[in-house]
Amino acid sequence: MLQIDKMMPTVRSNSSAAIEVSDLTKRYGELVAVDHISFEVKKGEIFGFLGPNGAGKTTTVRMLTGVIKPDGGKALIMGHKTGSLKAKQVAGVVPETSNAYVDLSGWDNLMLMADLYGVPASRARKKATWLLDMMGLAQRRNEVVKTYSKGMKQRLILAMAIISDPEILFLDEPTSGLDVQSARLIKELIQDLNSAGKMIFLTTHDMDEANQLCDRVAIINHGRLIAIDAPEKLRMAVSSVHSVEVSFDGEVSTESLARLDRVEAVKKLGDKYRLYTAKPGEVVVSLVNRVCSDRVRIVSLNILAPSLEDAFVALTERKAK
Amino acid sequence: MLITLLQQLRRAVVIARKDIRIYYCKGPVVIFGVLLPVFLFLAFVVGRDLPIDFMMPGLLGMILFFTATAISPAVAPWETQARTLERLMSCPVTIPTIILGDILASFGFGLAISVVPILVGLAIGVPVHHPIILATAIVLAAFCLSSLGLIFSAPPTSMPSTIMMLSAMVKFPIVFISGIFIPLSQLPAWGRGVSYISPLTYFTDIARHCIQGQGYLPVTVDFLALGGFTMLFTALAIRLHQQTMPRRL
Repeated sequence: MLQIDKMMPTVRSNSSAAIEVSDLTKRYGELVAVDHISFEVKKGEIFGFLGPNGAGKTTTVRMLTGVIKPDGGKALIMGHKTGSLKAKQVAGVVPETSNAYVDLSGWDNLMLMADLYGVPASRARKKATWLLDMMGLAQRRNEVVKTYSKGMKQRLILAMAIISDPEILFLDEPTSGLDVQSARLIKELIQDLNSAGKMIFLTTHDMDEANQLCDRVAIINHGRLIAIDAPEKLRMAVSSVHSVEVSFDGEVSTESLARLDRVEAVKKLGDKYRLYTAKPGEVVVSLVNRVCSDRVRIVSLNILAPSLEDAFVALTERKAK
Repeated sequence: MLITLLQQLRRAVVIARKDIRIYYCKGPVVIFGVLLPVFLFLAFVVGRDLPIDFMMPGLLGMILFFTATAISPAVAPWETQARTLERLMSCPVTIPTIILGDILASFGFGLAISVVPILVGLAIGVPVHHPIILATAIVLAAFCLSSLGLIFSAPPTSMPSTIMMLSAMVKFPIVFISGIFIPLSQLPAWGRGVSYISPLTYFTDIARHCIQGQGYLPVTVDFLALGGFTMLFTALAIRLHQQTMPRRL
């Protein structure tokens, strides 16, 4: 557990909404990248924003962080119009395709951000020292960023986003492509920042990450919001998609498993088979009967409830049809 | 309102400091900033029997022009390519603040480098009759030409080479129409007409007034023209970047 609350004062305000989005729209020529989306995010939430590539996630984040202007609708960040200096001042951002200044040291990058956010110098120095230490970058603080690994750069970029002590953090794919340790450190940090009262707007492709971290998630596809709810509730919304995961000690063909009663689809996953069904109990019985008649034995067998990934796939495919 | 303005001005200085550290404070950039105009100038004056006080205003104008427009056009494409622009744009700074920061960096670099020919000139005995007027003109021209450099960088490309090619296409003709190699008084009427569209013409004329003792136009006219170009270029650079910067992402 990271000791984040020592340097991050808890956020207190009367209004319950941190982000209010109403009919937000962005067009690129004929393409409607974001199509009249509306949602609200409460203070203190970790809000996941999911969607396939090209669904409109990054465009939405760019509008919310004031980097691009919407063509329609409006969004408020802590009550301030998106794109305004006040809205930018209360937000910390880790853009998807962002980089630190590689010709500056980690320390200088942090000081630059502190200056741009108007953080007083003495507080900035104290905060930067603490952040570099917490991110495991203290030993390399005076080295130029071009010598850092990808994980170190991403940790520095996150530190740059929080040096101004923002009330809202926009994190666009913060753990994408990172090693396990760096990804875990960043996830812990997200949880600790949230515990300190920060609202986190997290864009991710990683369903496990969204499931572990987010209080609520929104799914966007083709620029439209198709679902917004707690991860568990979204999973329940596709409860018909259960599956039975089974492995055998011998050869079994996918076709023969697909012929079993109540099996809707079969996927081979390494040495296991996943059988999708609405009636997992009946499929287990069919499997056991099948094993009795064949010369193979079951090595493992698990009944799986639908994951957030299943819900995501089901929802995005359903809307596509 | 005033507090916000001062805050943005302070942040423009922060951006300028960042630009100077990352893009300007490099040996090759400094050397190139001095050498290119010097050698270009020498290519035209060597072998011609010209007095040093005639050559110095032109050399000063060329150095100021080339240094103020050397790096500034490439900063926006570099930031786009290095993927640092989106972070900068998400900070609590406006696009005019970012542009002003880039202009200030170029302005500082232009001023610092222009000291070199002045010191050399003084060392070899070139007289400066009106040092305050010359210093004011250098400050104004450095800002004006830095703003011009920012106009070159407006196309939303991430390729610095494209921008440098574009700026070279404008910069070299400007040198030839600005009374550097042929004084305004010796140009034909049509040549003078063309020279008036170049801001460098007015700076060179002021420099001739301060060093040679006389220019072609009244100094007040030169200053008014330079001031007008400065406002025009600054406004145009901000306007163009407001349109193109979001398209860089």
